[in-house]
Amino acid sequence: MFELLGVPPQALFGQLLLGLINGAFYAILSLGLAVIFGLLNVINFAHGAQYMMGAFATWMLLQYFGVPYWGALVAAPVLVGIFGMLLERLFLSRLYHLDHLYGLLLTFGLALIIEGLFRQQFGSSGLPYTNPIPGGANLGFMFLPYYRAWVVAFSLFVCFGTWFLIEKTKLGSYLRAATEKRDLVQAFGVNVPRMITLTYGFGVGLAALAGVLAAPIYTVNPLMGSNLIIVVFAVVVIGGMGSILGAILTGFGLGIVEGFTKVFYPEASNTVIFILMAIVLMIRPAGLFGTQR
Amino acid sequence: MRMKCLMIAAAACLAAGAAEAQYSNGNIKIGVMNDQSGTYADLAGPGSVWAAKKAVADFCKAQKCHDKIEVIFADHQNKPDIGAGIARRWYDVEQVDVMVDVPTSSVALAVNNITKEKNKVFLVSGAASSDLTGKACTPNTIHWTYDTWALANGTGNAIVKTGGKTWFFLTADYAFGHALERDTAAVVEKNGGKVVGKVRHPFPGQDFSSFLLQAQASKAQIIGLANAGADTTNAIKQAAEFGIVAAGQNLAGLLVFLTDVHSLGLKTAQGLIFTEAWYWDMNDANRAFAKEFAAANRDIHPSMVHAGVYSAVTHYLKAVHALGSDADGAKVVAKMKEMPTDDKLMGKGKIRADGRKIHDMYLFEVKKPAESKKPWDYYKLRATIPADEAFRPMAEGGCPLVK
Repeated sequence: MFELLGVPPQALFGQLLLGLINGAFYAILSLGLAVIFGLLNVINFAHGAQYMMGAFATWMLLQYFGVPYWGALVAAPVLVGIFGMLLERLFLSRLYHLDHLYGLLLTFGLALIIEGLFRQQFGSSGLPYTNPIPGGANLGFMFLPYYRAWVVAFSLFVCFGTWFLIEKTKLGSYLRAATEKRDLVQAFGVNVPRMITLTYGFGVGLAALAGVLAAPIYTVNPLMGSNLIIVVFAVVVIGGMGSILGAILTGFGLGIVEGFTKVFYPEASNTVIFILMAIVLMIRPAGLFGTQR
Repeated sequence: MRMKCLMIAAAACLAAGAAEAQYSNGNIKIGVMNDQSGTYADLAGPGSVWAAKKAVADFCKAQKCHDKIEVIFADHQNKPDIGAGIARRWYDVEQVDVMVDVPTSSVALAVNNITKEKNKVFLVSGAASSDLTGKACTPNTIHWTYDTWALANGTGNAIVKTGGKTWFFLTADYAFGHALERDTAAVVEKNGGKVVGKVRHPFPGQDFSSFLLQAQASKAQIIGLANAGADTTNAIKQAAEFGIVAAGQNLAGLLVFLTDVHSLGLKTAQGLIFTEAWYWDMNDANRAFAKEFAAANRDIHPSMVHAGVYSAVTHYLKAVHALGSDADGAKVVAKMKEMPTDDKLMGKGKIRADGRKIHDMYLFEVKKPAESKKPWDYYKLRATIPADEAFRPMAEGGCPLVK
């Protein structure tokens, strides 16, 4: 049996699949960021907190209202999305005429406040959430939990749906037009502020959706977002800020790269994405799929 | 005769006055530094601050105490540079006399050096690395609650003896994880077991599936989790998801706290075996403490780290009051080593020359959901490890103070 750098090929298949699964989270999260940045020009640093809120909403829906996972899959993103829209109306909408930096600072501050409140209420060690689809299949080279398979399939579906919505539908074309020439689109009678609010809500909803998907795998913890958000930003930068397709492909791709690093040099698995980011920024400052604005 | 008595009283008074003046800056200042907001905040965090304040209050209720004892706290965010910065500021500017708790071994080792340099006192409750009483020991540090050697000795021994001969380690990649892995591997090999592999994961981690898959491929009987907090709970949760336990491999949580079990839920955590120094439901004194603690800390029940902070601060105050001075850190620690320890939570014990506090350790098993009768009723006692066997023999630690 041949081995690749001392690792049997079965193990590599397993790691490839795991990378894809982790990539699914990166993809959904960076997709939300890309949508928000692409259409609102806001660098949404509260994305990690909103992901965490999605996971907590899932837990709370079950704990307080008896809503099972499948109900939360719909309800949690909607609830958190509505919360996002409130944030946009109350705070973000006042900053559009200013530099990106102000939006970044505002959302960063909001993230800290939200995380602080959750920590105050629920502590930092996390809450349990039971896996809705226990069990798994033995694929020969690895044991694939059904839940992880579901995560990959569902996130591929969500990613494709979002891409289709923005790039191929009439609504998407309005959105894209509004980003390019806001005044002109408004002159045609499109309610641009409302569209922007809904877009932000949608992006936040995507973050919350990733949170719902994460709840059964990771402990539901107020800090789960802040650990992930930096990586996701790196994914967006590598993919190209604002590029929908870029976010999706880099999300899955980097999940795989990270997975392989965990086999060959696990100590670097936290840093490998940032090394790639540095290289990409040097060679293609706009990112792999981005266009210079 | 009466005159003589009076003069003795006056002299005693003067002596007491002189002693009074020796409290640096007129007060005793206790600095609790730990993770106030991150992954270790529930097992130490604000609860440790509460425990330190409680120790002061109880001490002053039981006997006359110096009228200015202050407890302050800070968040080191698990980063050695931040922790070292706070320690220097506390010692240099804010006149802190003693630092307490400091989980996260990398931070504790940094504070350990600074405390010696400034000749203050460092009472470690939260940090685990056995190096604190080994090659890094100082005359100013006491390691109070537990250490990696004691965990390895308790849990490792118990598991190897019940047939877990081959081990694979999942290790947090910093001072603590390395120390825990090293100490456990030594116990495993001493008992005829074998370490077949290890993988070091970044701290803090989130997804452990990749590492768990490597552990699975190693075919080791036991997967030793040399990490803590959310890293441990996530690893355990994901091991269940990937059917690792169902396929016949067992997990050994080498450092598991009460708050971790709470966060996992009994359904996932049941059957885990691990070593701790203290459990809230063992006797009435502990239960009373836990009740008061929970009321003040969002219903979290105290971990062994909190109990250790209480016990350490109590003993520190006893020593300082016996000396009548807190000015010379090394002298205070020497006094603490000389006096036997005794408090309501950790009972009677002593402190060795290398700075190791000695007491019984306990091997616990997490209850099945059906066995748990009330909230936070999580552990059953499997064995008590007597104090003289629970910690590394002094000669083996390599502490320069012992030679």
